[in-house]
Amino acid sequence: MFGNSITIPHLLIFIPVIAGLVTFFIKSESGAKTWSLLAAFITLGVSAASLVYSKNNELNGLTFNYEWLKHIGASFAVSLDGTGRLLTFLTAVSFPIIFIATYKNSYKSSNVFYGLMLLSQAGLMGVFVASDALLFYFFWELALVPVYFLCSRWGGERRIQATFKFFVYTFAGSLLMLIGIIYVYLHTSPVLDPNTHAIVVEHSFSMSYFHGVLLSPSQQNWLFWLFFIAFAVKMPIFPFHTWQPDTYEQSPTAVTMVLSGVMVKMGLFGVIRWILPVFPQAVIKFDNVVIGLSVVGMIYASLIAIKQDDLKRFAAYSSIAHIGLMCAAIFTAKSIALEGVMVQMFNHGINIIGLWIVIGLIEKQLGVRKISQLGGVAHRAPVLTIMLVVIAFANIALPLTNAFVGEFMMFTGLFQFNIWYTVFAGISIILAAVYTLNMVQKVFFGENNDLTASMTDISLNEKFILVVVLVLIFFVGVYPQPFFDLTKDSIALLLTRFK
Amino acid sequence: MNAIILTAVWGIVMMFGGVFFKKKTTALYWAVAGLVLVLALNCYELVQPAWFLNKTEYRVLFNIDVKEMLHFNSFNLTFISIMLVCTLFYFLLNGRDIEKVGDSVSEYFALIFFVLCGVSIAATFNTLLTLFLGIEIMSIPLYILTGSDKRNLKSNEAALKYFLMGSFSTGIMLMGIAFVYGGNSNGSFFIDAINLGDGKIPPLVGVGLVFLLIAMAFKVSAAPFHFWTPDVYDGAPTVFTSFMATIVKAAGFIAFIRLFENAFGKVHLQWQALIAVITAATLLIGNITAVFQQSVKRMLAYSSIAQAGFMLLAIFAMNETAKEGLVLYAAAYSLATIGIFAILIKMNDYTIDGFNGLAKQQPVLAVTAAVFLLSLTGIPLTAGFQAKFFMLVAALKNGHQHWLVVFAVLCAAVSAYYYFKIIQAIFFKEGSDVAANDWDISNGFKILLIIVSMLIILLGLFPTLITEWLHY
Repeated sequence: MFGNSITIPHLLIFIPVIAGLVTFFIKSESGAKTWSLLAAFITLGVSAASLVYSKNNELNGLTFNYEWLKHIGASFAVSLDGTGRLLTFLTAVSFPIIFIATYKNSYKSSNVFYGLMLLSQAGLMGVFVASDALLFYFFWELALVPVYFLCSRWGGERRIQATFKFFVYTFAGSLLMLIGIIYVYLHTSPVLDPNTHAIVVEHSFSMSYFHGVLLSPSQQNWLFWLFFIAFAVKMPIFPFHTWQPDTYEQSPTAVTMVLSGVMVKMGLFGVIRWILPVFPQAVIKFDNVVIGLSVVGMIYASLIAIKQDDLKRFAAYSSIAHIGLMCAAIFTAKSIALEGVMVQMFNHGINIIGLWIVIGLIEKQLGVRKISQLGGVAHRAPVLTIMLVVIAFANIALPLTNAFVGEFMMFTGLFQFNIWYTVFAGISIILAAVYTLNMVQKVFFGENNDLTASMTDISLNEKFILVVVLVLIFFVGVYPQPFFDLTKDSIALLLTRFK
Repeated sequence: MNAIILTAVWGIVMMFGGVFFKKKTTALYWAVAGLVLVLALNCYELVQPAWFLNKTEYRVLFNIDVKEMLHFNSFNLTFISIMLVCTLFYFLLNGRDIEKVGDSVSEYFALIFFVLCGVSIAATFNTLLTLFLGIEIMSIPLYILTGSDKRNLKSNEAALKYFLMGSFSTGIMLMGIAFVYGGNSNGSFFIDAINLGDGKIPPLVGVGLVFLLIAMAFKVSAAPFHFWTPDVYDGAPTVFTSFMATIVKAAGFIAFIRLFENAFGKVHLQWQALIAVITAATLLIGNITAVFQQSVKRMLAYSSIAQAGFMLLAIFAMNETAKEGLVLYAAAYSLATIGIFAILIKMNDYTIDGFNGLAKQQPVLAVTAAVFLLSLTGIPLTAGFQAKFFMLVAALKNGHQHWLVVFAVLCAAVSAYYYFKIIQAIFFKEGSDVAANDWDISNGFKILLIIVSMLIILLGLFPTLITEWLHY
């Protein structure tokens, strides 16, 4: 279908890059919006094609390798395995949703805004398809730069400090990871010429060489932390989470959706792609530490979420709690938990974007997002309320919603691992019900006040996009099988490292 | 050889040309023309061996028997070419501003050509004597350029301070050379023929080594010999600061690594710990002090110390990757610094607040400044990242003192703090000061800035464009 030179991963990266660069030169606001929406839809189409792409010629359209820096063994190697396809699909789905949901927002110099949005999408795609460690690092940092500019330019009052904190945290974490990458690289086996068996390069950054590297347990132990801190900052895992509520609060809503919906998955993906296969012994050694931190973080974030008055901070803490569970499930290294994580990574993205859409709608209409100042929205905006309640149920992981499937499987894995972690993690689920329903009650029900009396219900495009979110929630909730089929091979491959 | 002779000749041409040039701008044209000529002939020398591979004769324009006192190979010649390219960009970007410093424009260009002659010698020396000549030819014109803003007290102070400190370090270097010469039984000035003894290095040579280390550390402004740097860089006319902080510093590093690789490479492990301490101190002092600067010019002075700390990793590591990385670093750092200084010169107000709102007033300057600053920080897609990456690979490959690498990246994270302060001012803050600026910016200047930033991105994608030439 595709040649050897242009593959699906290429398209996923370069469509947003080119479209983004073009957007910078579109002066009219509506032009920039339409153009970027169009580009996002094309990317979505390509990504959807990758999902149905036949398995027989899997190697033909999904992987590509170009020797980039020959002397040091780094290449522009991209490929799409099940995990990659899932997450690129999430990225591809998110951006059109985000663009449509914020279609009515207008930005100063909107061409730059949409251009940077598309560039950040390209960076995210790159992270998910890179199968070369250096290339992965490249995209890992590149995804950060547009987001930094987006938040700092179009964010709230304290945006500059908040975003800068975010940037320095992740930059420091990434640089530590870079040391780790280089160290592992220097221990990879030499690349041999297939015919002559002569050494072509001393070492290689290629993913297969990284997965085959032989490291002593003590080396694994400290390398593990170099990688893990970078990913933990991104996820974020307690105690590396302090940048997150500030950044979510201060960013423009569209960017917050990118950050919480897609970007945090970079951290989880990094753990699955790089930590588990490369440092299996260290993972077994430190699993209790990481799961312990995750569970502490879940309860801690849930408790804080109960006390939050600001809707954005509320969603931020709720997100920390959910990510904590996913991180804990990954480190159990149980097949069922990992399957749960895969499907939940997708679900969390959809749910949290849905939540942000609702919060964004309220804030745009009323100009406030303090829970204490709101009330009785349901009287004025019944449709919005129905949508929100469903999203809230998904947030608590009620059956029939998508999150139930994922969380159930993750809890099963965690239960197999250690019952006590399951007990404490289970508490956070109860807490999730407390804070979510509490928020729904205070914001949507009760008496109208002066402010919410002027509220009107949502318009057609907002309805449309929330319906899309709802459809996704129910579809995965009822029929998650396609997602399991998609990722089961990569999970099986991953777990061979633990035998 | 071409570069050494031609720069010296062209320096004299510029000096006497000053008498005949009617208009100030004429000097700039002559300087650019001369530089292009030198660059072309140097590149001609570089590609020569490949063109005439089958003939044994090594054809260059000036084929002078230097008794192996100077050594030419593709590494040295590539480095000289890179420095000449950087100087060319420097001339084109700052030509108008050099004219504004004072009346004797062609003398300034003459002095810069003499510095380039010193740079070429420092990149090709093969004996301790030619090293000394190179370093001195490079330094003395700089003392004059630093004080070229004659009526400015700060400029005078900086020149005097630079001269005193510089001559002091020269003295130490000479003493080091004497010790090394006297202490080794071969009695040779050739850097690869110094007898370092078996096992432990002889005491006299050891003392000489430390003296040379101190002198070179002074030239590249490594801590604790960096104290002259902020004052001199701050006091000198900004156009010349730009030149000092980039081309001259890079040349100092090439001299440093060539000296220590060829002369003392065999006993690398005996002095490696010393370099590790100097590197760590340089990184720490440069980065931490830069954070507290309000003046961008002074901040860039400290940042140049910090960047020197990263380049010192090459001398710490001392392997092939380190040498490649150092040349790449020199190019990346010089291009970005020349660019950011060229923009700084156009500002009325040198404080960070002076950059407020630049993005609205001058979008081209703002975007290119962002590229330069991102490159200095070491964000992927810029040459600065590749340079830092090569340094880290080299340092880790060396296999000793891993703590230094971790320390270096933490310092790099600190550097993000002060570089991003400027980015924040440019893009995210509203400013009235910038509006009051009388912009004297031609389209050519903007196009050049764009070319330089494109070059930085190109090197960020394909660093092999430079590194391949080193093993030509």
